[in-house]
Amino acid sequence: MSFQAVVFYVLSLILIVAAFRVVTAKNPVHAALYLVLAFFTASGHWLLLQAEFLAIALVLVYVGAVMVLFLFVVMMLDINIEKLREGFWQNFPLAGTVALVMVAEMLLILSSPEANLAGFQAGPAVAADASNVRELGRQLYTVYLLPFEAAAVVLLVAMVAAIGITMRKRADSKYINPAEQVRVRRNDRVRVVQVQAVKPEVDTASDTNEQQA
Amino acid sequence: MNWADLNLMPALPEMFLLGALSVILILDLFISDAKRGITYALSLLTLLVCAVTQVSTFEPFATVTLSGMFVDDPLSDIVKVAMYGVTALVLVYTRQYVKDRGLFKGEYFTLTLFALLGMNLMVSASNFVSLYMGLELLSLSLYSLIALQRESGRAIEAAMKYFVLGALASGLLLYGVSMVYGATGSLELAKVAQAIASGSANQTLLVFGLVFIVAGLAFKLGAVPFHMWVPDVYQGSSTAMTLMIGAAPKLAAFVFVIRILVQGLGEMVADWQGMLVILAVLSMAIGNLTAIAQTNLKRMLAYSTISHMGFLLLGLIAGNAEGYSAALFYVIVYVLTSLAGFGILLGLSRAGFECETLDDLKGLNGRNSWYALLMLLALFSMAGIPPLAGFYAKFAVIQAIVNVNLLWLAIVAVLMSLIGAFYYLRAVKVMYFDDVQDHSPITMSGDMKLVLSLNAVALLVLGAMPERLIAMCVEAMKQSLVVL
Repeated sequence: MSFQAVVFYVLSLILIVAAFRVVTAKNPVHAALYLVLAFFTASGHWLLLQAEFLAIALVLVYVGAVMVLFLFVVMMLDINIEKLREGFWQNFPLAGTVALVMVAEMLLILSSPEANLAGFQAGPAVAADASNVRELGRQLYTVYLLPFEAAAVVLLVAMVAAIGITMRKRADSKYINPAEQVRVRRNDRVRVVQVQAVKPEVDTASDTNEQQA
Repeated sequence: MNWADLNLMPALPEMFLLGALSVILILDLFISDAKRGITYALSLLTLLVCAVTQVSTFEPFATVTLSGMFVDDPLSDIVKVAMYGVTALVLVYTRQYVKDRGLFKGEYFTLTLFALLGMNLMVSASNFVSLYMGLELLSLSLYSLIALQRESGRAIEAAMKYFVLGALASGLLLYGVSMVYGATGSLELAKVAQAIASGSANQTLLVFGLVFIVAGLAFKLGAVPFHMWVPDVYQGSSTAMTLMIGAAPKLAAFVFVIRILVQGLGEMVADWQGMLVILAVLSMAIGNLTAIAQTNLKRMLAYSTISHMGFLLLGLIAGNAEGYSAALFYVIVYVLTSLAGFGILLGLSRAGFECETLDDLKGLNGRNSWYALLMLLALFSMAGIPPLAGFYAKFAVIQAIVNVNLLWLAIVAVLMSLIGAFYYLRAVKVMYFDDVQDHSPITMSGDMKLVLSLNAVALLVLGAMPERLIAMCVEAMKQSLVVL
């Protein structure tokens, strides 16, 4: 068994266990972390296929951005795990059957002589210093220059539209300008008023009235 | 690809548009609401410069550039110039209307220009990828333009409907494109056409993909049975946005269809002809019959649009240069007509009042006979009554159909346009013979009054002497379709 095959089987084993734990883990944070592991192992598989750009993209986009966001949401929301897991074992036979059918289908296709797997040989060997990223970049900035620029403009439209639709200046909003807040001095807020001490003459008068009555 | 081969001249107007657009986007941040007229003026100036560049770089042959992604041919030139003009008219007509509704903001102008850029790309694309990018750029800009009126629940609902159905249509289109790619091994229209002509492509897969593509295109055009979004979106959006959706995008969608069906899948004309016949007959029938039942003018005009799209498809069904150029003439005339019609509705609306039902037109002649006359011209042109331009447009497509021996289809088209005449004439009757209900004065700015009058008179002039425009359409189609 070649070194690559060993790596492949080890990674696959980790991937399958991780994927299984994603659905069986009791704690949603653990499930999310197992999903991170699954993504990471899958990117290892991409590397084995010499698709280093896809591997890096998977780690950066899914592990780096999507899953972190997901973890934040899971941690911030108070999710009732017991309720979510209700009926898990009840639905398990059905889910297991679906999974088994899918595995059987894949096996049938892979083993069928009609599929002609031997016809799909590995591509020509590439030089050790060949770079996927460079090739993709070259394609994007030459052949696909126009659609690439158009995609950039589409993103710009999305930004303009999102701001245009959601930004509103409310007349009754009571926001505070921190700069003004810091600059404030005692004299702006506090006014010292000298109040002369006065005898409460009226009160005594009413008191005497009451006494007379 | 070699950088020395990179010829950017054909895309000069688009590059200028994008540059000017970015400048306006930034500049607008520093303009106060009171001076928003500067953004308006700059947008109009941009359109003018684009049109001048387009005309001055005109060449009577097709130039493919940017690795086969972009084509500059007479067809795209004529349609782009028309789109610059139409967008400028839309901006002039909607200025007061959007001001009254608090929509006179920088986003309104930048998104309009973004939509125009997307349309330019759709018109000039010669590869499925660039076609799709142009379409998405246009659609996203339109969805958000409708949603800009966020206080109105109806506008948000319309934007949402448009967005969801538009996404579905894009999905259908892409599904079809992926099958065509699978069958031919290329996304470039010219290579797709070559592969089909050489007979090396898988025929079953191609026809399967074609069905999805035609469904996606019918969605975008708003042809029956993929039309249900049109009335809701037309009615729900503010009239300004309705005009925006109903005007220039129709031109772009037409060329989009020509590029895909004629230039890319032209060899399969026998396959798509049958599908288009069904779409055209259903659109003309359901569009015209349902429009009769409408009391809301915008909804009525939406159904009228559906029937017009049916007529437009007739030109494509003919499957020859005559039919295509008749369809090009038809779509240009239709856009001019709907601009005039919606322009009047915009002019009659004012702050706090939307002119959108038939009753709002009651006795318009008594209030202002000039506007009533302009509206009459627009409605008669839509109905196809001589000597207005709409008559020659209908005449040209029906003639093209008769020339390819589809007499029954021509008869259906004439019958349907007779039925359609009823609801246009009903609006005319309401304007001229009903009593005035609303005595409030009609205030229209001088420039709008002038442009609107010119627009409506152009319908009359084009109707009286359509030869030049028809000749231009024929010439553009001939020169553009020969190469690919």
